[in-house]
Amino acid sequence: MMRTYAGHSTAKASNALYRGNLAKGQTGLSIAFDLPTQTGYDPDDELARGEVGKVGVPVSHKGDMKQLLDGIPLDKMNTSMTINATAAWMLSLYIGAAADQGVDQKLLQGTTQNDIIKEFLARGTYAFPPGPSMRLIADMIAYTVTEVPKWNPINICSYHLQEAGATPVQEIAYAMSNAIAVLDAARERVPAELMGKVFSRISFFVNAGVRFVEEHAKLRAMGILWEELGRERYGVTDEKQLRFRYGVQVNSLGLTESQPENNVQRIVLEALAVTLGRDARARAVQLPAWNEALGLPRPWDQQWALRIQQVLAFETDILEYPDIFEGSIVMDGLVAELLEGARSEMAVVSEHGGAVAGVDYMKAALVDSHRARLQRIEAGEQIVVGLNKYTETEESPLTSDAAGGIMVVDQAVEQHAKEAIAAWRSERDRAAVDAALTELARVARTDENIMPASIAAAQAGVTTGEWAATLRATFGEFRAPTGVGESASVVGASDEVEAVREEVDRVSEAMGRRIKILVGKPGLDGHSNGAEQIAVRARDVGMDVVYEGIRLTPSQIAKSALDEGVHVVGLSILSGSHREIIPAVMDALRESGVDVPVVVGGIIPDQDVPELQAAGVAAVYTPKSLGAINQIMRDIVRLVAERNGVAAAA
Amino acid sequence: MTTDTAGPDRGAQLGARLRAGDLTAAPAALNLVENRRPESREDIAELLRAVSPAALGGETPGHVIGVTGPPGAGKSTLLSALVAAWRARGRTVAVLAVDPSSRRSGGSLLGDRARIVFDPTDPGVFIRSTAAGERLGGLAPATRAAAQALSAAFDVVVVETVGVGQSETDVADTADTVAVVVQPGSGDALQFLKSGIMEIPDVLVVTKADLGDVAMRARRDLNAALRSVGSRDTKVVAVSSVSPLQGMDDLVDALDDHRAALDLDLRRTGARRAGALADFVAEHGERGLRALGGRRAAHRWLAKQDPGADVPSLVNALEDQVPA
Repeated sequence: MMRTYAGHSTAKASNALYRGNLAKGQTGLSIAFDLPTQTGYDPDDELARGEVGKVGVPVSHKGDMKQLLDGIPLDKMNTSMTINATAAWMLSLYIGAAADQGVDQKLLQGTTQNDIIKEFLARGTYAFPPGPSMRLIADMIAYTVTEVPKWNPINICSYHLQEAGATPVQEIAYAMSNAIAVLDAARERVPAELMGKVFSRISFFVNAGVRFVEEHAKLRAMGILWEELGRERYGVTDEKQLRFRYGVQVNSLGLTESQPENNVQRIVLEALAVTLGRDARARAVQLPAWNEALGLPRPWDQQWALRIQQVLAFETDILEYPDIFEGSIVMDGLVAELLEGARSEMAVVSEHGGAVAGVDYMKAALVDSHRARLQRIEAGEQIVVGLNKYTETEESPLTSDAAGGIMVVDQAVEQHAKEAIAAWRSERDRAAVDAALTELARVARTDENIMPASIAAAQAGVTTGEWAATLRATFGEFRAPTGVGESASVVGASDEVEAVREEVDRVSEAMGRRIKILVGKPGLDGHSNGAEQIAVRARDVGMDVVYEGIRLTPSQIAKSALDEGVHVVGLSILSGSHREIIPAVMDALRESGVDVPVVVGGIIPDQDVPELQAAGVAAVYTPKSLGAINQIMRDIVRLVAERNGVAAAA
Repeated sequence: MTTDTAGPDRGAQLGARLRAGDLTAAPAALNLVENRRPESREDIAELLRAVSPAALGGETPGHVIGVTGPPGAGKSTLLSALVAAWRARGRTVAVLAVDPSSRRSGGSLLGDRARIVFDPTDPGVFIRSTAAGERLGGLAPATRAAAQALSAAFDVVVVETVGVGQSETDVADTADTVAVVVQPGSGDALQFLKSGIMEIPDVLVVTKADLGDVAMRARRDLNAALRSVGSRDTKVVAVSSVSPLQGMDDLVDALDDHRAALDLDLRRTGARRAGALADFVAEHGERGLRALGGRRAAHRWLAKQDPGADVPSLVNALEDQVPA
């Protein structure tokens, strides 16, 4: 199955994109939703500002879903939806749209990602606390196993864990621990005779890094563990049901911003990890575009990614052989090593009370692994071509066009979406909506399955923000652990770090207070690795760091900066919403009377930098800067010294 | 407005604003009390003088509550619920979140702010993250000063620490009411009491009461343990700080009751004297203490001083005691 993760701007524009991709030979849909939709906010909510239609398509109600799928026969299509906190809602909307096409829900095929643990660990698009989130997942599993039997209600994701810095052992162990938590929760709601079917409907979404031999071993190890789990813990006996099914998106963390054309060969080699050996071959492969580190890919970039798969599948001979690693001493040895490591780490998670209770532990472990990785890259122990070695380059023809080789979302999209949803709300049967929400709230408070009430709400025209707000009111707000508090200090600090530390001490001494920095992520983007590593390094060089995590509004940032008395603010945005959000934050800071340097990091195209500087930002950093974090620290110290009248070092 | 500007009468002005209930003076006041330049010392003294019993005609009206307990007990979640409960009753709240990390690299990761849920547009809530003092887990002198200053303007001032090392003793010295937070089934509470590291807490909070029997059994065990060490006064409250909330009203009432029954003057005088000695030791170390004739002698001397004397004056006076 070949798909490309796609969606942007509006349902209508995305519909056109899907139909184009399907015509080019793509055999399934993979829907990318925008951040407000993923986190349960309507386009006119304060937190949605700057985020509407950027990283995916906004779907706020049944009308949007129908337009998104217009002309696509849902009885024949296989649709993967990357949706988690609001998965139950998106599936309800999908079922509603199908019903309007005259398609019975029993025919629907597809997947909802629906993996909340990895949201708490790596991706940040959760909406409710862990307990209620697991309840929603169990509800969806219980509902679909009988009512939508061809649907994969959940994809256990290890992909995001690798993106957050996980080692292969951690990726295996945390994904499996996650699966155990989900299956245990499902077991409470599903009759025993259906557990085999439930088990068989659980698929995985994994990552494939560029060390493709080890990565292939990892997949073989996961298959072995999965079968073991099914037999021993859940009493599954049917061979077919025990099979390890997975889809994959290959590694994006290792893609570079400098010499981005090298990403193509990285992507091809990573694809080999999941296709070479038949016994552990992927069901579905998603390849990122070469320019993922620069911004949103254009249709042409996505086409390139698709063609890589098609060449692999149709021009090579890898599909013609049985498993080519069978009997390989080396491969078997690698698998055994990974199994041992994974089993032992799974035991640690289990000691913490399982995946849900162990979120803090796993999160801290991931932050640590990522820190170690960055250290290796900085020290030159781990080579990344074009980043810390072979950095000389000719000018690239691929990024020389006006837009810098990425897709830029029209800023009018957000305004259009706000008007459209206002119109939708005014044209609904208000009484039906209120009744549906009342029923939804009632069900949320009880132990009943959330799906029937959600489907009814979808049909009544309830919006995404209304569905989520109703559940938030019942389940409570939640702030996930950041994982940085427990992170180990730099061991055996380098001379460079020492030098920065001395400068921090000197400036702190002169000011009378230790340099204090606020690090956080405004808007809805939840990918916090970069921010976490900055926070950890700032602590290591001696600063007091208030790491406030994700999903911050401009007023929240301003209040924190003021109340905490910080000397500098560091913001991280990867969702492309910087042009709207950063000026809003700068305004909020000014209004609160906070006059400190602000530095920004993230996925920010070169052509946007002047605009940010005009708004008052002191420095802008992009992914390549993470290879030289000490430089960022030096810059920050210098900015603080200048602003506070401390002379430069002698 | 730069973060750390100096200015004549800065301390007195900020103190006057806090006395008048101007919550917006809090950030600048804390920036000042945290400033360790020699030039700031006089400003800080003026700030604390402005909120001393002499200036106010009595003790500051705010309730200083220490919240401590082992890691993982659920303090941040509890605080989120408490802040909401206090705000619902119309009270203003300041939280000093003390991070226990030692200063190996000199820096600290202050992550508690990120765990407390509150309305960021609410001017009645003020949260400040601060690193611990020099000794493992102890309170920095600035934190003691901050608690005093803020209690002139805020109805409730929470000093939140993680229960390791010195922090419990320091918090007990600084706060009007000490609440220790434990979770059921962990054996933490009994260990706490048996080890004698800290004085008997004023209120013992058992979190995760949604765990039903386990929480109830924990409460019974704790009550028994408390009786066995001779305390009938410690109130044990079981709460659930996650939805559906339980026991929060009981907890707020228990804290209020303790405050109402306190001889506030006595407690605050004790806090000022203990704080002054701790500040003196932070500055002058064991040698300074020996020069005073040892801890007992210092306590005896302090007991003879004016009960309303503010901390900077006491510290100055202690320093004067040390022979040249």
